[in-house]
Amino acid sequence: MTILSRRRLIGSIGVGAGGLLLSGCDRIVASPTVKHVLGLGEDLTRRAQHVVIDRTALAREFSVHDMSPVFRTNGNTMPGSTTYQTHVGEGFANWRLVVNGLVRNPLALSLAQIRSVPARTQITRHDCVEGWSAIGQWTGLPLKLVMDRAGVLPTARYAVFHCADDFSGTPYYESIDLIDATHPQTILAWGMNDQLLSVGHGAPLRLRVERQLGYKQAKYVMAVELVANLDVIGGGKGGYWEDNAGYQWYAGI
Amino acid sequence: MHSAATDAPAPLTPVAVLSKGGDLVYRQRVPVRLWHWLNALTVFVMLMSGAMIFNAHPRLYWGQYGANNETAWLEIGHTDVAGFLRVGQVTIPTTGVLGLSANSDRAFPPLVTIPSTYSLADARQWHFAFAWLLVVPGLLFWAWGFVSRHVQHDLAPTPRELHPANIWHDITNHARLRFHIGESARRYNILQKLSYVGVIFVLLPTVVLTGLTMSPGINAAWPWLLDLFGGRQSARSIHFICATLLFGFIVVHLVMVVLAGPFNEMRSMITGWYRLPKEK
Repeated sequence: MTILSRRRLIGSIGVGAGGLLLSGCDRIVASPTVKHVLGLGEDLTRRAQHVVIDRTALAREFSVHDMSPVFRTNGNTMPGSTTYQTHVGEGFANWRLVVNGLVRNPLALSLAQIRSVPARTQITRHDCVEGWSAIGQWTGLPLKLVMDRAGVLPTARYAVFHCADDFSGTPYYESIDLIDATHPQTILAWGMNDQLLSVGHGAPLRLRVERQLGYKQAKYVMAVELVANLDVIGGGKGGYWEDNAGYQWYAGI
Repeated sequence: MHSAATDAPAPLTPVAVLSKGGDLVYRQRVPVRLWHWLNALTVFVMLMSGAMIFNAHPRLYWGQYGANNETAWLEIGHTDVAGFLRVGQVTIPTTGVLGLSANSDRAFPPLVTIPSTYSLADARQWHFAFAWLLVVPGLLFWAWGFVSRHVQHDLAPTPRELHPANIWHDITNHARLRFHIGESARRYNILQKLSYVGVIFVLLPTVVLTGLTMSPGINAAWPWLLDLFGGRQSARSIHFICATLLFGFIVVHLVMVVLAGPFNEMRSMITGWYRLPKEK
């Protein structure tokens, strides 16, 4: 046996062993039982967070000196739908925020109406699930004011956000519970860093639900729907990434 | 009513009879062994799932914020043809290991991540579920350690042991692969004590607290964590450094087990019984 072929043999044994090890590990990762047990861990973490975190506790607000010089965009930066393109062309003059579902008075609010309501401005940190953070200033309408005006019915438990952008044809959606929806820092932002919200960051309106990760901060919000449960929304887990990748709905860690 | 003290059983840790080695001594109590083997599993899952989480954004920053437009103090990445690890101004080629390897262009290769193919969501599920196995038994071990006086008796270095001359003596002996024998092998040596105390009371709590500091929810509940570590991105960096040090500890630990006699060391961590190495 030549050295070369022996080396090749040893190499292929190594690759084979590595492959076996990998496929063994992947079988463990893919097992439904394992996924179930890990899901129990997720429940435990969510419950523990709800015990530890006062649901009215505020996310830290920063000063203008703490802001990221450049706030990068992420996810979709230009929704492809013709409806949205038309809205952009018209400067969102004919765009309306629809508020419907379990409410007494369904609403269709123009951007002018939204901007005329007393706004809240906050400088907060945006945390992407991938690990990076950016600090920016957000100005918008407290979601609680919208909900009060629409008159949320007692049966409602979640606010669902339907968005103009999509991933491979599936429109983006997210949801939060009513405790987070009525939190003082939860706003529908139309301004960012002292300017009108740009298309890249979610114009004309994006959700800011501080204390949660980036994928909850739905961009291009077109409708807020109040629902009793999340089973009827998308795949039932409450959000696009929750349904399609398995990210945690409570997004607190 | 009862007999003289001379009838009492011998103390559990006799020092009166000095061993010249060769005899079996009961060295590792049940909680130590249980916690050790649980951690052997948990820490590996944490490191491997953590490596996958790092792959999602393989750049580290200092401060409250940090993203692609900021300068990373550490980055694992790749060009078209080569993988690299960059720390500050120093770039180390790592093709085949980090940044770019046969099956992946991610920072850490499939062999060392959970899961092996890229999935941030799955890695997070593993990381946060096993974090409970790290934290809860860890707190129980702390409590037991102090109540049973394992910490005070076995782990805490004495002032004499902490004398620089003694530490230096142990370092040079370890470097020459001369390990403790006979009576002096009954107790942990100063390098063992320092590394175990460092892992149990510095690295593990720091890795847990910096992990919690990355949680936007926990930030709202305990904002002091952000001040303690200097911001979320600093916490992320310190978390990574702690994980690297834990990995380094495991490597040295395993090498020492092999060098000191794997059979005896494994027996003591499985059954509790350790044979004192014979004096020559």
